[in-house]
Amino acid sequence: MAELTDLTVAQIRDGFRAGDFSAREVAEAFNANVAAAKVLNAFIVETPEHALAAADQADRDRAAGTLRPLSGVPIGMKDLFCTQGVQTTAASHMLEGFTPTYESTVSQKLWDAGAGMLGKLNLDQFAMGSSNETSYFGNVISPWRRGAGDNAPLAPGGSSGGSSSAIAARLCPAATGTDTGGSIRQPAAFTGISGIKPTYGRCSRWGIIAFASSLDQAGPMARTVRDCAIMLENMAGFDPKDATSLELPVPKWEAGLSSDLKGRKVGIPREYRVEGLDGDVARVWDDGVAWLKDAGAEIVEVSLPHSKYALPAYYIIAPAEASSNLARYDGVRYGLRDLPDGANLQEMYAATRAAGFGPEVKRRIMIGTYVLSAGFYDAYYTQAQKVRALIARDFARAFEQCDVILAPTAPSAAFALGDKTADPLSMYLNDVFAVPASLAGLPAMSVPGGLTQGGLPLGLQIIGPAFDEQAVLNAGLAIEERAGFTARPEKWW
Amino acid sequence: MRVSPGASARAMSVDLTTVKKIAGLARLAVSDAEAEALVPELNGILHWVEQLGEVDVTGVEPMTAVIPNTLRLRDDVVTDGNVRDKVLANAPQAEHGFFAVPKVIE
Repeated sequence: MAELTDLTVAQIRDGFRAGDFSAREVAEAFNANVAAAKVLNAFIVETPEHALAAADQADRDRAAGTLRPLSGVPIGMKDLFCTQGVQTTAASHMLEGFTPTYESTVSQKLWDAGAGMLGKLNLDQFAMGSSNETSYFGNVISPWRRGAGDNAPLAPGGSSGGSSSAIAARLCPAATGTDTGGSIRQPAAFTGISGIKPTYGRCSRWGIIAFASSLDQAGPMARTVRDCAIMLENMAGFDPKDATSLELPVPKWEAGLSSDLKGRKVGIPREYRVEGLDGDVARVWDDGVAWLKDAGAEIVEVSLPHSKYALPAYYIIAPAEASSNLARYDGVRYGLRDLPDGANLQEMYAATRAAGFGPEVKRRIMIGTYVLSAGFYDAYYTQAQKVRALIARDFARAFEQCDVILAPTAPSAAFALGDKTADPLSMYLNDVFAVPASLAGLPAMSVPGGLTQGGLPLGLQIIGPAFDEQAVLNAGLAIEERAGFTARPEKWW
Repeated sequence: MRVSPGASARAMSVDLTTVKKIAGLARLAVSDAEAEALVPELNGILHWVEQLGEVDVTGVEPMTAVIPNTLRLRDDVVTDGNVRDKVLANAPQAEHGFFAVPKVIE
């Protein structure tokens, strides 16, 4: 039998049910992998006892015939989800030591479904970053290497870089992520795994540390499309505690999986075929087109004319919302307090925030405060929200001609840590293909498409109309079946 | 989708005084050196986002909800409370059942 840690979520679930192994064996195997991979720095907190307790419960439930959808499956939890009694930091110094007295809706749903927690996964600080280099708790390192003796540590993507690194390294079979402007899809692409951001509102934001509330959306990351469907079914659902939660039933996405795309139309957005597009990225995109055609789909060219404005609009809207959301960190109610000798209340606020936030977080708070300030609000924020409406309209028009859109996930494969830290703009450009779907609130996923000439993973992105995660998953499955992506990082850690 | 920083029809830029003012509004203590470093960084980002000024938005309403959704009303009943100790559990300084802060009235 394959090693337990090589199994997918579906294989663990089904093998456990069939009695091939116990849940405790699975949890112990993953706990051991987590403990042996500290050099990747994927976890901020490890919780082997949580995973074992859930596993023992699953073993008892199996004996009693009361199995739940994720019984026996241990997962990783991005450290942006509040977990009762377990430190939750958003990878910031500001929240170091913060121990929630409540549980996020999404994590509670996963525990209710029988899943166990292997630990809290590292991320970019407050989910702001595309390389996991802004964490107060240190960089996450991708298990992938360029090979041929080049051992430069590579970025696992961000902000869900702990999640992507841990899954690719077989430290967990699946993990939660959150996606504000590509933070599930880009790290999935960088590490050769899958991840889906559902329609805005599918997963409750309650208990997820807020970055940009009109964009933040939780979703799963795993090695297969089926595993993403299983996880998403157990994360999504209406929650009265989130005012923007969708009051819709959760579809049976796993049961609905079908890679037969006969009668389906796949749109290729001409504006994404940018001048100077990376040759490997273009090749894998062409492969994706051929695979979807092979699955029975008709390929049509579509136009998303405002695509080039998505990224600048995002870098007004997201910082504006962040500056407002992060105003709560004041050194009074929770988190860090920095009180210099003789400081008054205002000075305490400013000192606390200066000490608690990292440079990228401060940069975004500053940008957000500026674009919302008197005299600039209309020129920046209102204009950006109008452009956002046009971007959403572009997608609505495109989906009159096609069922899903196929595009690259990111403009390149993983880069080395440190390569893009000197220039914030060059880092932001990583999300150029991911941000438009975020601004429009649409479901979008990344699946592995192939490798660069140098042997690093590249992702293909599928974007669907609002509420149609099934179409996205099905196109992803059609690609997965044809891409035959079996590459995995050679173990060095 | 090539994005070229710098192109702007109405270049607005921030100077050291503005950066310090914004930091004050954001309640971020910044040293002179930090503020000086932020001037070119913020200008680079602001000049880049100003390309949005090229877009014709005549007759376009700014987006307010990404997915059409009506805000719900719930029954006007108490659903929470009596959790004082939980609320205070993570406070940097809690005294006598309250959050404690430096003296605000001399």
